[in-house]
Amino acid sequence: MMRFLLPLVIFVVLAGFLFVGLSLNPREVPSPLIDKPAPAFTLPQLHEEKKQFSPADMKGKVWLLNVWASWCVSCREEHPVLMALSQQNIVPIYGLDYKDKPEDGKMWLARGGDPYVLSVMDREGRIGIDYGVYGVPETYVIDKQGVIRYKQIGPVNQQNLSEKILPLVAELQKQ
Amino acid sequence: MKKILILLFCLLPTFSFAGEAQDMAENPELEKRMIVLAEKLRCLVCQNESLASSHADLAEDLRREVRELMQKGMSDDEVVDYLVSRYGDFVLYDPPVKSYTMLLWFGPFALLLVAGLGLFFQLRKRRETVPEANLTPEAHQRAEALLKEEEKS
Repeated sequence: MMRFLLPLVIFVVLAGFLFVGLSLNPREVPSPLIDKPAPAFTLPQLHEEKKQFSPADMKGKVWLLNVWASWCVSCREEHPVLMALSQQNIVPIYGLDYKDKPEDGKMWLARGGDPYVLSVMDREGRIGIDYGVYGVPETYVIDKQGVIRYKQIGPVNQQNLSEKILPLVAELQKQ
Repeated sequence: MKKILILLFCLLPTFSFAGEAQDMAENPELEKRMIVLAEKLRCLVCQNESLASSHADLAEDLRREVRELMQKGMSDDEVVDYLVSRYGDFVLYDPPVKSYTMLLWFGPFALLLVAGLGLFFQLRKRRETVPEANLTPEAHQRAEALLKEEEKS
């Protein structure tokens, strides 16, 4: 009896591990920046290059930093969701136009609509490196103290918006 | 005299080479250091490639960043810390020993131990179940004769 039971148990455990492995997404690398202060930057705005924006300007507010680019394919998928979110006036969305030409970025927003309060330009992707960006689009939820509380890797969609981002935003806004 | 001249001419290229190499020494060395370090780091876009071999845009940016940090005089460890603080332990091909990597580092040894113990007890049990054959000298001779017969046929 034991002779057949033991290999069966080993097989079931192994299959269990492999099955869980199938459902994990290797593209989602946990960010070490969660619960750390959002890296500081001062960058020119996309639409008014003479004006600048810095995360320090947002102290006391809960906000989203969305990393996007006109060349980014998945951003197209995410765009309508962000447009709808910006019309609801729940949380301000700021854009980081990542490794993009300003003309292209502006044209992209003119065509599909602009969900952002404002966007800043990270032409060489240096601020992207500070934020650990490796796959655009990425979205950071930043709290009133300027601490990153959540990072969405890949497009924002109805599911992760209603399950994770919005409940977190509501909770942070109460604090 | 002629021989000495030939010898001198032979040596000439080495002199000129030495002079040139010294001028360029600073950058290639740094580049080499950068590549050696980048081979130990994982590119986040194409995850099975090192930072040194990847052609992804991000890998190029990160190589530029590493080069600049090295120019600023950062040591290899400081550069690695810089990247880990942004991208996490995932960038390291060699994962550090931490509480949550214990299973990864020591799991195989634990499995080996379990298998070894299993084998040990199994063998001991078998020795108990197979009794030593106590044969009389006559019975021993008969057994040998039977075995020989078997060989012949």
